[in-house]
Amino acid sequence: MQQDIPGTTLFDGNQAQKGFALNRMCFSFNSAENRAAFLRDENAYCRKFGLTDEQRAAVKSRSVLRMIEAGGNIYYLAKLAGIFGLNVQDIGAQQTDMTVENFKAKLVAAGR
Amino acid sequence: MAAIIGAIATTHVPSIGKAIAERKQGDPYWSPFFRGFDYVHDWLAREKPDVAVVFYNDHGLNFFLDKLPTFAVGAAKLYRNEDEGWGIPVARSIPGDPDLSWHLINALVADEFDITICQEMLVDHAVTIPMALMWPGEQWPIRIVPVSINTVQHPLPSLKRCLNLGRAIGRAIEAYAGNLRVMIVGTGGLSHQLDGKRAGFINTKFDQLCMDKLVSEPELLARYSIHDLVDEAGAQGVEFLNWMAMRGALTGRVIEVHRNYHVPISNTAAATVVLENRALAQREAA
Repeated sequence: MQQDIPGTTLFDGNQAQKGFALNRMCFSFNSAENRAAFLRDENAYCRKFGLTDEQRAAVKSRSVLRMIEAGGNIYYLAKLAGIFGLNVQDIGAQQTDMTVENFKAKLVAAGR
Repeated sequence: MAAIIGAIATTHVPSIGKAIAERKQGDPYWSPFFRGFDYVHDWLAREKPDVAVVFYNDHGLNFFLDKLPTFAVGAAKLYRNEDEGWGIPVARSIPGDPDLSWHLINALVADEFDITICQEMLVDHAVTIPMALMWPGEQWPIRIVPVSINTVQHPLPSLKRCLNLGRAIGRAIEAYAGNLRVMIVGTGGLSHQLDGKRAGFINTKFDQLCMDKLVSEPELLARYSIHDLVDEAGAQGVEFLNWMAMRGALTGRVIEVHRNYHVPISNTAAATVVLENRALAQREAA
């Protein structure tokens, strides 16, 4: 058995099966019309894609860690985050429980 | 006969597309990265490639998780970009080279690489941003053959497999009767992780190792498992698979002529490398 990598969820077959509905919904956000439909009525939009209760609650909480737990893949979740005007640095900060400024500073420090 | 002139590898972070659209190339945050392309522009102006074979990974524009090929080769006349959902401008379309595509497809399957064949294929920022970086003007004077490698859904192909895919493509290009100057492009990387509590992970030491060994000892890098690669390069640092395939396609004596490495661009260790592919001595003599 391979050692787990800390703070990392490999998007494997288990995650892919678990997260299918959530990721499919996020894939639909490639369309501006669909992004607008989600903003108009989030509950109806999630229902349309058959999200599980766990996925629905994770989306409602806006917590990326919870969405990953529910099978979300980051490339698809990033499309959802974009609807709320959040980029990968914002969601990086959210997942690591840092301010965005501190998260950015950590990345700059990694290059020194 | 077609000649493989060399290769360019570059990071493809979406925010680069935004920085280009907002003309921020000279800003203190961006200039250490964009300055690394001055050399690339001179090299391309001098070398004048006709076609680029582009190894990249799709991030949920053309492929979804319902049907996800491990390796897919484009065979389209034209490759379009579309809205990717994260606010970067839609890029211009890029012409293809169906004759070369089908030659590569035939050669790969004959060589036992069971690829997916795509006569229609949207290309995402992992193709269009490198294009915009390489040719910042009004035109992208190039045709492409995109080759998509799955870096999203595990199990991923191994580094060794990607190196060998590149080698098979390199052999096939050299056997192509068309009189073409072909360049290879590998996009993405280097170390970065977007997801989980380890988001923001960067590993400069491993990145340096990858760049140092890419030319001289790709077999050494090919020994890393995918699990080790995620551990060392971050969950999305696995895009280095595209670099390995690119390296494999260089069949001659390979020389690194340019390297720029800058941390960070967004959450990513940004790297740009130019490799030349010189004819082997015995072939020159032959």
